[in-house]
Amino acid sequence: MSARETILRKVRASLDAERNAEQRAETVAERLARAPRGLIPARGKLPQEERIALFCAHLTKLAATWRRVGSADEVPEAVATYLRERNLPASFRMGSDKRLADLPWSGQRSLEIRTGPSDGTDEVGLSHANSGIAETGTLVMLSGAGNPTTINFLPEHHIVVVEAGRIDGDLETAVGRVRRRFGRGGMPRTVNFISGPSRSGDIEQKIILGAHGPRALHVIVVG
Amino acid sequence: MVEITSPRFKQNAAGALADEQLQKAMNNVRSKFIDKRREAAEALPEFEALRDRAKAIKDHTLDHLDLYLEAYEKKVVETGGFVHWAQTAAEARGIVLDICRMANARTVTKGKSMITEEIGLNGFLETMGIRPVETDLGEYIIQLRGEHPSHIIAPAVHLTKEQVEEDFRRVHDHLPADRDLTEPEALLGEARKVLRAEYFNADVGITGANFLVAETGSSIIVTNEGNGDLTQILPRVHIVVASIEKIVPTLEDASQILRVLARSATGQEMSTYTTVSTGPRRNGDVDGPESYHVILLDNGRSAMLGTEFQEMLRCIRCGACMNHCPVYHSVGGHAYGWVYPGPLGAVLTPSLIGVEKGGHLPNASTFCGRCESVCPMRIPLPKMMRHWREREFERGLNPATQRYGLRLWAFFARHPDLYRAVTGTVVPLLSLMAPKSGRFGWLPLAGGWTRHRDLPAPEKRTFMQQLRDREAVSRQAAA
Repeated sequence: MSARETILRKVRASLDAERNAEQRAETVAERLARAPRGLIPARGKLPQEERIALFCAHLTKLAATWRRVGSADEVPEAVATYLRERNLPASFRMGSDKRLADLPWSGQRSLEIRTGPSDGTDEVGLSHANSGIAETGTLVMLSGAGNPTTINFLPEHHIVVVEAGRIDGDLETAVGRVRRRFGRGGMPRTVNFISGPSRSGDIEQKIILGAHGPRALHVIVVG
Repeated sequence: MVEITSPRFKQNAAGALADEQLQKAMNNVRSKFIDKRREAAEALPEFEALRDRAKAIKDHTLDHLDLYLEAYEKKVVETGGFVHWAQTAAEARGIVLDICRMANARTVTKGKSMITEEIGLNGFLETMGIRPVETDLGEYIIQLRGEHPSHIIAPAVHLTKEQVEEDFRRVHDHLPADRDLTEPEALLGEARKVLRAEYFNADVGITGANFLVAETGSSIIVTNEGNGDLTQILPRVHIVVASIEKIVPTLEDASQILRVLARSATGQEMSTYTTVSTGPRRNGDVDGPESYHVILLDNGRSAMLGTEFQEMLRCIRCGACMNHCPVYHSVGGHAYGWVYPGPLGAVLTPSLIGVEKGGHLPNASTFCGRCESVCPMRIPLPKMMRHWREREFERGLNPATQRYGLRLWAFFARHPDLYRAVTGTVVPLLSLMAPKSGRFGWLPLAGGWTRHRDLPAPEKRTFMQQLRDREAVSRQAAA
């Protein structure tokens, strides 16, 4: 008997699974098909503007920085300003995502833009979030041809664009968006829920920013 | 394999109490974790209700575990991943080795994972000529020292920064000797630089899983440093090692439990990185692993189902029980002598390695109940420790004097008049003999107690004597 069969047989024996076999199967199929939402905290159910304000307040608490711009056209200028204010070189890495590629970069001629996955030499990376989550100040990043996961982790500074209209109240709504886009049970290779810059408290419980991922996280809220 | 020293718990504990470095380092655990968890719990009015939800989700999953495991496996395969089943630690190690050999792996990077500690993976890979590199800062430090984690989420919590500095100077001997490493920032910076090269160098990345999602065939890891992510996206092969009880039905269920996990562990509302991984990289993806393997490990879990220890399988490894445990605070994690320390280890260790070897651990408890009161999954840890004590007694594993003492006590407990007569004589005598401080520093036959703490002297009269007096007074008053 294979390890698989032995383990499943033991589990079934321990649970006395032969009894009510039909009902058990039905319960499981129903739960997987319906994916019921549980309890959503009240703070995850705010109206839009309060939601955006809560999202930004959480970012600050998480030691991330943020800026809100009126439209996507202002993103290149916001990126250039961030680099200038922190004395960073005028260059960064981004994926080929159309939402980023189509921005008016020509207005920022001095910016050098590299596209594709990060090789670890980039000081700054730019990504586009699928959505944001207000209850915890979390960014939801989906991997794909235009959205390399390496950009989320290798650069020292990570700049993320998120549309204000896609800042959801709660985690379950953000999960629902992914499910709607990829179909039930479907997923991209990697979904990163990111809440602040990387950190470690492993030495004497002292929290230090910039462990193995970015030392700084900057969010540009559009709209 | 991890050497098991649980049978020597008493000696381990005595050594830990006398270890000044350890006691200094443990001061950080005694307050910080507790304050942070309390603040996080108080900041979310729904926290207690979410604990109930989280418990219900896991109970439901465990009751249908066979079906969810099958559903999960089907989805992993559909998305291009491989599922391997392992009954024992040895089987799991063998599967990891086979995958590494197929990938011609020389170096594997590892995300923080207790399950690979449980199966003793690092030592095994080394003997097979494969170099495992721990990438979590705490795990990296203890790997340099040839130690094992002393805490499930803060593996190097037993060390001071001076000790870490010493290790870095010893191992990173290619770096200038006069560099400043006095602050944790400098130590972290150095580890970051050294490990960056390893991520790119590795052929295989191994992580554990906080959750396996049946609905999507995904594995989820929760981290703060980002090392678990670099471990799984840069090498060609990603291996996930997870025990069978990590399953949850849906992403919604994982979401509910995530709300109590980080708050209970570090006091964060959400850990910095929660990563959901499904299969290998897709057509058109420009990064991510080319192959994705999951090893589902039983190693004793299936035998816990349907027993009084089933509820232990709800555990999400947040560490809150040990963070709040006065015994853990005093002796640290290594004294427990195997992989899992603290109250969760006191229940899990006898289940996984046998009560013969792990029997001391459920006895290392004052039954103060703090672990259960903070456990996000509401696991009745003290009750389960009591079950182990009962089993230990039934099997005659505890020492003869203890068994004789318990029998003697049981005899008096069954004969209340005799019990009252004896205590009614001894208690006033002890009260009379008591020093002015009201505490005995030494007492015949109680050396085991008074060696480490004073014994409070009893009141002049026993509870029953006082009760009788009071009843007599109130009867008179009524008359």
